[in-house]
Amino acid sequence: MMQRYSFLSLAGHALRGHRAWPQAWRSPQPKPAYDVVIVGGGGHGLATAYYLAKNHGVRNVAVFEKGWIGGGNTGRNTTVVRSNYLFPESARFYDHSLKLYEGLSRELNFNIMLSQRGMVTLAHSRHDIDAQRRWANAMRINGIDSDLLTREDVRRLVPRLDYAPDARLPVLGGFTQPRAGTARHDAVAWGYARAADALGVDIIQNCEVTGFDIGADGVRAVKTSLGLIGVGRVGLAVAGHSSVLARTLGFRLPVQSYALQAMVSEPIKPLLDTVVLSPSAGIYVSQSDKGELVIGGGLDLYASYAQRGNLPTAEQVIAGLITLFPSFSRLRMLRQWAGVVDVVHDSTPILGRSPVPGVFLNCGWGTGGFKAIPAGGWCFAHLLAKNESHPLATGFGLDRFTSGALIDEAAASGIAH
Amino acid sequence: MTQVLRLANGGLIDRTRMLRFRFDGRDFTGHSGDTLASALLANGVHLVGRSFKYHRPRGFVGIGQEDANALVRVATGDQVEPNLKAGEVVLRDGLEAFSINCRPSPRHDLRAVHQIAAPLLIAGFYYKTFMWPNWHLFEGAIRRAAGLGTAPEGRDLDRYVHAYADCDLLVVGAGPAGLTAALDGARTGARTILAEADFAIGGSALWRGGSDAAEAATAAEAELRALPNVTILSRTQVFGYYDHNALAAVEYLADHGARQRLWKLRAGRVILASGAIERPLVFAGNDRPGVMLASAAQALVGRFAVLPGRRAVIFTNNDSAYDAAAALAVAGAEVTLVDSRPASAASAPGVRILHDRVVSATKGVRHVRAAIVADRAGRISETLPCDLIGMSGGWSPIVHLFSQSGGKLRFCEEIQGFVPGEAVQPVTAVGGAAGALGTLAIEPLWEVPGRGKKFVDFANDVTAHDIAIAMRENYVSVEHLKRYTTLGMGVDQGKTSNVNGLAIAGALTGRAPGKVGTTKFRPPYSPIALGALAGPLVGPLFRPLRHLPAHDWHVARGALFEEHGGWWRPSAYPHVGETLEAAAAREARAARTGAALFDGSPLGKIEVSGPDAARFLDRVYVGTASTLRPGRARYGLMLNENGVVIDDGVFVRLADDRYLVHTTSGGADRIAAMLDEWLQCEWRDLDVVVMNVGSQWATLTVSGPSARDLLAALGTDIDLADFPHMRFREGRVAGLPARVLRASFTGEASYEISVAAGAASGLATAIAAKGAPFGLTPIGVEAIMILRIEKGYLAIGVDTDGTTLPDDLGMAGGVARKGSDFIGRRSLDRPDAVRPDRLQLVGLLTDGPRLAVGAHVLREGGVPGVSDGHVTSSVDSPALGRPIALALIRAGRARLGETVTLYDMGIRHRATIVEPVFFDREGQRLNDGHS
Amino acid sequence: MLSLTCPHCGPRDETEFSCGGESHIERPGVEASDETWADYLFVRDNPRGVTFERWHHRFGCGAWFNVARDTVSHEIKTVYPMGAPRPTTP
Repeated sequence: MMQRYSFLSLAGHALRGHRAWPQAWRSPQPKPAYDVVIVGGGGHGLATAYYLAKNHGVRNVAVFEKGWIGGGNTGRNTTVVRSNYLFPESARFYDHSLKLYEGLSRELNFNIMLSQRGMVTLAHSRHDIDAQRRWANAMRINGIDSDLLTREDVRRLVPRLDYAPDARLPVLGGFTQPRAGTARHDAVAWGYARAADALGVDIIQNCEVTGFDIGADGVRAVKTSLGLIGVGRVGLAVAGHSSVLARTLGFRLPVQSYALQAMVSEPIKPLLDTVVLSPSAGIYVSQSDKGELVIGGGLDLYASYAQRGNLPTAEQVIAGLITLFPSFSRLRMLRQWAGVVDVVHDSTPILGRSPVPGVFLNCGWGTGGFKAIPAGGWCFAHLLAKNESHPLATGFGLDRFTSGALIDEAAASGIAH
Repeated sequence: MTQVLRLANGGLIDRTRMLRFRFDGRDFTGHSGDTLASALLANGVHLVGRSFKYHRPRGFVGIGQEDANALVRVATGDQVEPNLKAGEVVLRDGLEAFSINCRPSPRHDLRAVHQIAAPLLIAGFYYKTFMWPNWHLFEGAIRRAAGLGTAPEGRDLDRYVHAYADCDLLVVGAGPAGLTAALDGARTGARTILAEADFAIGGSALWRGGSDAAEAATAAEAELRALPNVTILSRTQVFGYYDHNALAAVEYLADHGARQRLWKLRAGRVILASGAIERPLVFAGNDRPGVMLASAAQALVGRFAVLPGRRAVIFTNNDSAYDAAAALAVAGAEVTLVDSRPASAASAPGVRILHDRVVSATKGVRHVRAAIVADRAGRISETLPCDLIGMSGGWSPIVHLFSQSGGKLRFCEEIQGFVPGEAVQPVTAVGGAAGALGTLAIEPLWEVPGRGKKFVDFANDVTAHDIAIAMRENYVSVEHLKRYTTLGMGVDQGKTSNVNGLAIAGALTGRAPGKVGTTKFRPPYSPIALGALAGPLVGPLFRPLRHLPAHDWHVARGALFEEHGGWWRPSAYPHVGETLEAAAAREARAARTGAALFDGSPLGKIEVSGPDAARFLDRVYVGTASTLRPGRARYGLMLNENGVVIDDGVFVRLADDRYLVHTTSGGADRIAAMLDEWLQCEWRDLDVVVMNVGSQWATLTVSGPSARDLLAALGTDIDLADFPHMRFREGRVAGLPARVLRASFTGEASYEISVAAGAASGLATAIAAKGAPFGLTPIGVEAIMILRIEKGYLAIGVDTDGTTLPDDLGMAGGVARKGSDFIGRRSLDRPDAVRPDRLQLVGLLTDGPRLAVGAHVLREGGVPGVSDGHVTSSVDSPALGRPIALALIRAGRARLGETVTLYDMGIRHRATIVEPVFFDREGQRLNDGHS
Repeated sequence: MLSLTCPHCGPRDETEFSCGGESHIERPGVEASDETWADYLFVRDNPRGVTFERWHHRFGCGAWFNVARDTVSHEIKTVYPMGAPRPTTP
């Protein structure tokens, strides 16, 4: 039985010196076989396990994680959640994700600190304004709130931007999704892990999946550093390492792995209330509840499996940041890191069958996997439980690369997702 | 106020130079050679701020980069730096500094009430509460409470520069080990850079080892400075170790010129001589002001001639603190050394030594006033009144850069710390950084028994109790420990806390520290100003805008400039009191009725030449280039391999083996690079050269019914009678060598006159002079947009996006006619490319007001609902006297005549789908008398 | 910050170059199947280890050349001209 977290339980434990808190999740030995094995204990893998148990009653499930849960991109991203997408396929999926996020703290009984302080996308030219009007209208037609902002609106929301008449990136306006915001990334992984564990899911950390046993009718077992584990179905949710596992299964993917950097400043008193994205400057920034500016930009420029930051990209990103926010120049960067992201051509995920029967794919999230965790898990669990795509993810299969039916948000909006 | 704790003699300060400074509004003095930390302590100021979470009174744990406690805000106004460690601030005359995270003062801080709630504020408490009704309700208060210093509001007026250097040997750290390493390398002739974070050279020799060590350091420095192949960079912090032995450092410059210089160093070999950091001991009340690292106390005495306390307790589990105790005693303090070990071979003359004892707690509120001494079982043996506790829990080699370089770390039992193991890049560590710390005889003492708050991470207020909770809850991975408790995530990035924290976690879970491992060390080693990282290419120099060759001419004509695709171009030339829109309409009318001058210089111009030029361009364009005769021009579309339209323009055959390819203004560099990539990488058999000549030419376009007469008036040797639309001529115009192309983006007869870029203003002046009788009007981008929309000429990136295929534009004719392959062709046969319900470019007419670009066509009329496309371009047409628009509409070409509902931010409009050509459908006006 | 050795110009910082992705990908003709075409357009080896890719000395001599590079350590194994066959893994 899961210990309920609440102010009262906190106070109660405080009286007992906090000596009685139970484990948030167990560290069990793996069973000889599972109905479903999820490879990858990141947000997507853990959410999938949770929804398998919760929505589909599939509880004989294990999540195998080669390191520590939430240690990949789940714990390395800039924590932005939003659903300001142009195409209906993306909008439906990501808004489902955002709606799940909106109820997640209470659903999981774990505070993920969803902070819906909105996101402002800046327009620096009249072409930007036109493109954003298309975008904002599309969102409304997709049933997602959005508003266009005048220069004065932006000034009220983000007073620290450069409003000088000769600013290099003049702020002509922008648009906003008021429901966008941030969530505490580690908490999402931990919350799902704790809730999945309570439903009987085995979370096996420090156990690498090294290969698969494939029979005539599909996958039979996974080879792990703790031995051979029998499986009914396998879900791969390993982000930047998808190609590596695909290779052991004998197929290749339309995926390239890149390092995506992020940076934080030292904590300072509140000065930025919303998430700000400037497509022209190539940066986005928010301020965490702890006070750090959390800064992100584009991908590093060559394929990489190294989870480390690089200087040239950081320089570019920070130069863009300071051009937008001249007063940030004297603040200091505290930490720089990178995650390995799985980039596909159209920046739309791959959620579907693999060429190997019984093996299913959850990858291709590129730079946007964090915001997709609840819906990614929701739809992937559906796929694993029923062997058919969830209606929200029907367009996300591998077949789109052959038919050409790409869902290319970046190409349509001119903005990386 | 006098420097009450300053010793009468010794130290490396310049007593002849008195410096005045202010802290929290009080005036103090110090000396040249002081840091803000040493100067404050010299004045008896131990209490400098409040802690991050509990707002406990805090002083100095260390007096350098490792200090997580004594954070200050320096300077005022827009020059503020919010979170500096007092030990990294070099004292200067007139310095003004303030405590942070406390109101009104460190002595009386209102948020000290947090301490009452402390039992609730355990590790991860926020994950367990604040969920009802939602986090947002609590968030505001928590945000205001969090954060440290306050950021400046204005523009940073200081400059930051970047510098590059290449060397054979980079030595990081100029202490005894670094000086020796640099000398060894430099004497062999290696080009050597020695980087030292401190303003003084010598490292630990500045405060430890007496005059011999100091003299040796001085001699080594002198020898190095005399060598021509050595560069010594002081006040230079190497903060990042990247791939291929690239390192980054920031040099703090004196207060003139640039403020900081970011060095990008590429080294053949790197020697890390960055030393080691002493660890605190984890006992109750170890955070009170007056409790500091033993080495910090020793350095205060030795280097700064400051006696940080008169009654000192030194608490240690190793031999290194004996020197500190002796130094304090020599300086006049009454010192008791509490050693947790049963015995030690080390000695400290004049010091009372207690073995097998620990400091289990402290007393005092804003300053420590006593140490409670207990035996190892926790039984109190005595209370030692004191005003200083120096602690030494052993030493942690500074392995940050080694770890960043990819090198593995291993736990060394002998020093109970992590030391460099196997290297991946050409880097070695020496001295303290390598774990060479002399005889420590350390006996692990990770957590001292006893009740009370035992701080592990001072920066983030993480206690040993927090670590225990994390272990109990199964956050046992060192990364989970860090993230759940925030251990090591503060402004010091765990310099003093990481090893203590992971060892305590290990002890609670039956794992040796080496088994627990460390978290990854990330750049930067210490916080780096964002301004330094960005360097000079910010503001106007951030992706600088390109200016037209005739920029000044446009300025003189009153142009209103805006950025268009990276160029700073005239949008229009409004008269006094005229709006931009009215000006654009006037300019467009002028082009339809008389003559207009448009500066089209950004138009991409790429020369493609060689025997295979025609074959090559046949593979590049949707249409065919090889059938074009010299002197003629043709419109072409370029695709990417996905079949998406990426550029369009008119290409000219200059000769059998030579073409001039025009691209969109924003696309020139991209297309030139793409063509070259195809030639170098895929079609290596083709003998073709691609040259981007765009910046060599200025292109001034004369357009309108009077354009031909104007050209004649300008004077040209080109036969205008034999110069129809889509032809190209070279000759002289207004006395200048020129290339003239008859192509049009206005729908009027047009002459695109290209001359050498330097001649642009001269030509513009000549055109304006000769054009007056024809009503010549300079027109900007806005007017061009009106004119091209009236004609249905598309603008790539405006009427198309990254999903648009040629057939979507009604331009698949070239595909059908062509037998051979070209870039993107195969993609046009995929199932999705031949769907009948793709978005297609059409026109829209409305009886209402002008449609907004970005308005959507609704399928059913309901919102939420389904979009059937969107408006891409829209203007009030001066020629037609009504609003017109272009739109991408689902199956649009099959829906001509249909009336549709459009949605724009809550407002609905009606419009009729029409052909996307509104004016002069037959193109009569282009011909200019030619047939 | 990589150091790449341009075959024409010698060792330079990565900021002078741009990476063009995996090399040695054969371009099918118009008769190719949708599957073959999709493979060509999108499917990549994306190895964790040595990858063969093409680089462009964009802010230099303009040459394209091939690089064998480790995607984990970023170590450059070898540099070889466009058109040369893929070297056996060093």
